[in-house]
Amino acid sequence: MLTETLLTWTARIISGVSVRWVDSQPDTCQRVYFANHTSHLDVVLVWSALPTNVRRLTRPIAAKDYWDRGTIRRHLAKVFNALLIDRTEIKVHQSPVDMMLREIGNTHSLILFPEGGRSPGEEIGEFKSGLYYLGKKRPDLELIPVHINNMNRILPRGEFLPVPLLSSLTFGPPIWLEAGEPKTDFLARAREAVLSLKDS
Amino acid sequence: MKDWALLGTVLALLTAATFGGQWLKRQTALGLDQKSVDAFNSRIQAWWFFSVVLGIAFFHPNFTVVLFGMLSFWALREYITLTPTTIGDHRALFWVFFFFTPMQFILVALDAYAFYSILIPVYAFLFIAARAAVSGDYRRFLERIAKIQFGLFVCVYCLSFAPALLFLKCNRTDGDEYVNARLLFFFITLVLFSELAQHICNRLFGRHVIAEPIEESRTWEGLLAGAGATAIMGSVLIWATPFDHLWQVAMMSVLVALMSSAGALTMAAIKRDRGEVRSGTLIEGHGGVLSRIDAVCFASPVFYHVAQLLLKQPGV
Repeated sequence: MLTETLLTWTARIISGVSVRWVDSQPDTCQRVYFANHTSHLDVVLVWSALPTNVRRLTRPIAAKDYWDRGTIRRHLAKVFNALLIDRTEIKVHQSPVDMMLREIGNTHSLILFPEGGRSPGEEIGEFKSGLYYLGKKRPDLELIPVHINNMNRILPRGEFLPVPLLSSLTFGPPIWLEAGEPKTDFLARAREAVLSLKDS
Repeated sequence: MKDWALLGTVLALLTAATFGGQWLKRQTALGLDQKSVDAFNSRIQAWWFFSVVLGIAFFHPNFTVVLFGMLSFWALREYITLTPTTIGDHRALFWVFFFFTPMQFILVALDAYAFYSILIPVYAFLFIAARAAVSGDYRRFLERIAKIQFGLFVCVYCLSFAPALLFLKCNRTDGDEYVNARLLFFFITLVLFSELAQHICNRLFGRHVIAEPIEESRTWEGLLAGAGATAIMGSVLIWATPFDHLWQVAMMSVLVALMSSAGALTMAAIKRDRGEVRSGTLIEGHGGVLSRIDAVCFASPVFYHVAQLLLKQPGV
């Protein structure tokens, strides 16, 4: 509780974030927030930008190899109720998507970075297929694109000290997987939805 | 006594201006440009903010220094956000934000003029260049260095001379401990008044635009008439200042008006170049803190040093 408040405010102060909801509203219904990934702070940032009642129901997906190392990181991961995914051991019979769906049940939402890892610079990398399978197996989930602007300058890849510039976070209108939409088309459309929020 | 008189005068002026602004806002029939009225009102808001902060300056100088430091930090944050820097500048920027900016204001609070007057132009400028070189990124090197140096200079170094007025040594203190607080209050009042006066004079007499591609509304007539109005305002307030002669106050007022205008125009040029698009989502409100303090930034160091000349104790 205390860590949560502390963490939320630290993230807000460091990133000077301004949060906007474009054609979209915060809601406690089940959603998947998917965002571009440029810095270590992204997880905390998106999570802390949500209103408290929504935040309590939202679980960020994070890499196990990063967040499971050391006491502090493990504690933090527990505070924001992260779902740790082992990136090194993804197999068909223990697919992370099934695990995610099992964990969220009928109440929780997810924060997902479909690029897989942090992308360098301003570019947004190709999306991995997890988002597609989430949409396919649970068509009722609202897929909300989120654009994170300027975080790559606040804490670039490979740096551990942040520079306190200003950033912005834009939540967009939900998208859904269309009936019979091919995987690559959908992923390209989802990526486009994130990109289009940059200048809206 | 003079303190309360000065505070009272400024509050009366501000209240009048606030009501005027609100009245203008409702006068849709006059056909006034709505954006221009909004600009007028947001200037008055900034003036209120400064007046409250400076009201505190009477009681606690160090607190004022801290507030100006925070203002500086925020303005620099906005400036660097608007300025494209590369990852090669990251470490240099870290030092700029977390060492040079706080250090400058700590030195001001300690009244260490010999150090804070050169900390940024000597040590920080050389350090930034060297640190960026160490990072190994040589692309657009001079351009990147210049951007950071200019931001640090304007947002931190220049602005720090406003709270430094609180420690300026005056010959005519006569045991009056608030003379410096009044000087700072007088200075800020002049800057904000000159901005307001120029804004109004531009509307009333504006003919010849100074730099049309940058700001369509800033005119030579507005600049001169605004400077004149500021000189009158300054002269009226002479009793609050440590200056002996009317010509001194009038000259300082004109100087403040010219520098304020130069500052606003320069910042407008930078913002024009960077485009409104980027600042649109990142900086909220009417262009943020930076565009509210640009005039103060340019006027502070000049005001400080000319005041230092005029108030020099004889024989020192």
